[in-house]
Amino acid sequence: MKLDLVSLLVFLGFFALVTVLGFYAGQWRRGDLAQLHEWGLGGRRFGVIVSWFLIGGDLYTAYTLIAVPALVFGAGAAGFFAVPYTILAYPIMFVVMPRLWNVSKVHNFVTPADFVRGRYGSDRLALAIALTGILATMPYIALQLVGIQVVIGAMGVTGSGLASDLPLVIAFIILAAYTYTSGLRAPAMIAFVKDLMIYVAILAAIIIIPTKLGGFGPVFAAATAHFANKVPPVGATILGPKGYWSYATLALGSAMALFLYPHAITAVLSAARVDVVKRNAALLPAYSLLLGLVALLGYVAIAAGVPVSAPSQVVPALFKAFFPSWFVGFAFAAIAIGALVPAAVMSIAAANLWTRSVYVAYLKPSASDAEESSMAKLSSLVVKFGALAFIIWVPTQYAINLQLLGGIWILQTFPAIVVGLYRRWFHDAALLWGWAAGMLAGTLLSFSQGVKPTFAFSAGTHVIAPYIGLLALAVNLAVAAALTPVFDRAGIARQADLTSEADYADVRAAPA
Amino acid sequence: MAGMQPKSQGERGLWWLLAIPFAGLLFPGLYAHAEPSLFGLPFFYWYQFAWLLISAALTAIVYLRAR
Repeated sequence: MKLDLVSLLVFLGFFALVTVLGFYAGQWRRGDLAQLHEWGLGGRRFGVIVSWFLIGGDLYTAYTLIAVPALVFGAGAAGFFAVPYTILAYPIMFVVMPRLWNVSKVHNFVTPADFVRGRYGSDRLALAIALTGILATMPYIALQLVGIQVVIGAMGVTGSGLASDLPLVIAFIILAAYTYTSGLRAPAMIAFVKDLMIYVAILAAIIIIPTKLGGFGPVFAAATAHFANKVPPVGATILGPKGYWSYATLALGSAMALFLYPHAITAVLSAARVDVVKRNAALLPAYSLLLGLVALLGYVAIAAGVPVSAPSQVVPALFKAFFPSWFVGFAFAAIAIGALVPAAVMSIAAANLWTRSVYVAYLKPSASDAEESSMAKLSSLVVKFGALAFIIWVPTQYAINLQLLGGIWILQTFPAIVVGLYRRWFHDAALLWGWAAGMLAGTLLSFSQGVKPTFAFSAGTHVIAPYIGLLALAVNLAVAAALTPVFDRAGIARQADLTSEADYADVRAAPA
Repeated sequence: MAGMQPKSQGERGLWWLLAIPFAGLLFPGLYAHAEPSLFGLPFFYWYQFAWLLISAALTAIVYLRAR
């Protein structure tokens, strides 16, 4: 592939801009960064607009922007489940997250595991929640690197051996450095630039390219014909009855899982007021619109017949085929920067979990605020370089499989976190056994299908294939519900609840 | 019961609005059709885009009314 110098220069220019922003962010709305809630939650100071950019930039990752059109390109309508998923996540956010925000504000909880520890008084249960979060987040960080790799490769920057990974390593060292110094303020500030660039790039693509192809009618006609002629038949532009169960359960299960991810909770807890969380539940679907449009680019690529060596090349190939070099550089920079924001928030979230639920809980209970904060900074570096090593030395498919399993795993924290926000009916030991059963069942079911998200079984005459995450959650809830009366009757004491009912309710502010 | 915020009957009814998008989207058999298409988009796609707007609007309504 020929090196495109104009693209590369524009790309590097934007990359330099966000690097400056990332380091400057430490000075923004200045706080004492030796406090974990200042470094790891930006001091809980973000208003509606900053939170909108931060949460949106955090949830709609570069990997998503590459993987969703790739899935639609390969499988058609089934890949579009990302849209109902990211619609249904917001009513859930609107109902559940204000309670988590309220109680976390009162008790200075920084992570979901902090809340579980406060609610159930159990270090063990908190540890399980924290480790699940870290486990689910690590491969997600690694996949953000794939987003950067794809666009660097598409600009024709190549090398052999270790040199081929050099641009990625440099990008990550810069990211690690400003996350270390500025904490959550860095991705919050960069998210502004990143999201505006992404919106411009995607809207340009979705307006200009289909117009050149004669509109969406011809695009869908070409895609429909393409799928009809595939041997063996795979996919279609309209979902077939065999796909209904998978489509609906993947959408529901993923929506339930989204706000259990540590990076999602970190971004929510950084909001200044509970109102910010609620308003964003109504405003964030704007990003889902963007995601839906990006998904359609999978069909556009089929209709345009752009040369694509791997499905992950769909979006970069489209930009290269239809836009001048400078705009290609702009769009690629948007994707690469789009990888940095979630990677930063995810590494901060994982570092917070490690620091609070492992380091302070088990290794150094006497840690001061400053020691806590510096441990988090340090572990954010470990997390990032772990992800980097993973993507350089381990086949990408492993990261993809682990991220898929991560979705199943994170859903197993639903009973402790979401049910726990409303009722303390479950015994903490029963929740722990339920969690273990759900983790095991989800992992085994997925492996039995060759690491797939759905499990096919025959129901009478037809086959249904629901999302494994939900099946494992049913096992989890059943075990926790069955064991709760057993433990209570056996007289296994419950620990004290540090929270009280009033902590969950909104503080009614005086009318503005 | 402990765990619920005190709410008026009307306010609690309002929250059921948030269940409507689930009913609209979790039964793909309702909308997995090509026709009627809109601006070249098959029904399957514009139907889901429409729910995006409806869901956001319902959330906004619940937010504004429950305040």
